[in-house]
Amino acid sequence: MYGKRLRTLALTTFAALTLTLVLAFFWAPNDADQGFLQKIFYIHVPLAIVTLCGFIYGGVAAIAHLRTHDSRWDMRSYVAIHLSLVFGVGVLITGSIWAKGSWGVWWDWSEPTLVSFLLIMLLYATYQPLRFAIEDPERQARYASVFAITAGAFVPINFVIVRLSTAYLHPRVLGNVSANLPGRFQVVFYLSLVSIALLWITLWRYEMTSKHASAQLRALRRLLAGEDEEQLPRRSAVPTLSLETASAGSAEGGGGAR
Amino acid sequence: MSAPGAAVAPRTHVVLAALLRKELRVELRSFEAVPAMSLFSVTTFVLFHFALSRNTLSGDLASGVLWVTLLFAAMLGINRLFVADAEQGGFDGFLLSPADRSALLYAKALTLLAYLVVLELVAVPAFALLLLGPALWPALPGLLVVLALGDLGVVVIGTLVGALAVRTSVRDLLGPMISLPLLVPVLLCAARASSPVLAATRAGPLPLRWLVTLALYDLVFGLITFAVFDFLLED
Repeated sequence: MYGKRLRTLALTTFAALTLTLVLAFFWAPNDADQGFLQKIFYIHVPLAIVTLCGFIYGGVAAIAHLRTHDSRWDMRSYVAIHLSLVFGVGVLITGSIWAKGSWGVWWDWSEPTLVSFLLIMLLYATYQPLRFAIEDPERQARYASVFAITAGAFVPINFVIVRLSTAYLHPRVLGNVSANLPGRFQVVFYLSLVSIALLWITLWRYEMTSKHASAQLRALRRLLAGEDEEQLPRRSAVPTLSLETASAGSAEGGGGAR
Repeated sequence: MSAPGAAVAPRTHVVLAALLRKELRVELRSFEAVPAMSLFSVTTFVLFHFALSRNTLSGDLASGVLWVTLLFAAMLGINRLFVADAEQGGFDGFLLSPADRSALLYAKALTLLAYLVVLELVAVPAFALLLLGPALWPALPGLLVVLALGDLGVVVIGTLVGALAVRTSVRDLLGPMISLPLLVPVLLCAARASSPVLAATRAGPLPLRWLVTLALYDLVFGLITFAVFDFLLED
């Protein structure tokens, strides 16, 4: 079900990203203060926004999982958080490069967005170890959802608190996006936001498709080998999709219930 | 207790009292949490003395050292909070009883709060004796307010994370790893709020802004803990 029209989506994403990069480098004017370096803004800021939205979506999917006990929601939450972690590493790296370029240091504690982002990454870095440390798949899913909800709520709150604690020492590009940026900057920024969001969605759907396919494969293998041949699943941080859920996703109601 | 059904489901405060008596008895018999936490805090002050090579501290540095020490000592308590229940069937016994599940949350939160209060009864005088430059008495009223709000934050996050980590295979590692990032805002607000109180020249007023932020953080995470705690018990 996640594989449908995936190729079209992937091609659209590719085209949008290419267009964004072309426009960012050749059409948008160079920044008066920062010059060419400011181009990293078109990658860094949308990447950060998409990452945080991914974490929050992970929390929302976790709420749905706790309400429905459907393991597909746990898988959605898992894939979202997993993907946002990868994107988040990209945010920290591009942020560091930008900081080095414009302020001369790799890390700047007076930049509240960067600091709160680091905190969020440190928190989410414990998501996979937490899952891996719980063997029972059903309990693993439930505990991971509790974590995802708590951490998802932490994301916006943490931003507010860290920002309160820091004086605005540096000019902040993001704050000016809607107000002061000339038209071309704005167009490229929003285009970039859309194409990076598309990239996230494409990768999310690819991973969901792959996870569903391997769950189905496992189920078919088990069917072929017979029930007595069933081997214990290896200990893993990846959510377990049960057979009913895996088969075309047409199970009646709570397909995830065992 | 007029309806016949009421006898089956005991009232929350009755369950709560029973649970608290149990926690007290367990702690008095085993002495597993509170003595370790208190001793740890005093040892940490000694460590800070040598690490910073300072005989007295004041202001920012004093409040930072105090709060980091309290937080790390609290980690020990958070790690122990649910261990007896997970290892010796306390969870199973509780879940078999018809009691309201949030009673366990309240009991554990109050237990952790009691741990922290006893810890601070030892740690704060020890800090004043060993490291604090300015006198403790003028700073005490302000410090107590910050301690109360900070404790509340540690309690709501510690209870949730303690329950989350206890039934994993590496609970001693996961507990601090998950709770420390969540406690950074508590540390931030509490340390900023208590630093003018501990200032070298003379105790300044409490910065209300930080206290309000801390109280809001406590409230929000209290609600989150209340909302999700039941799911950790469902087996």
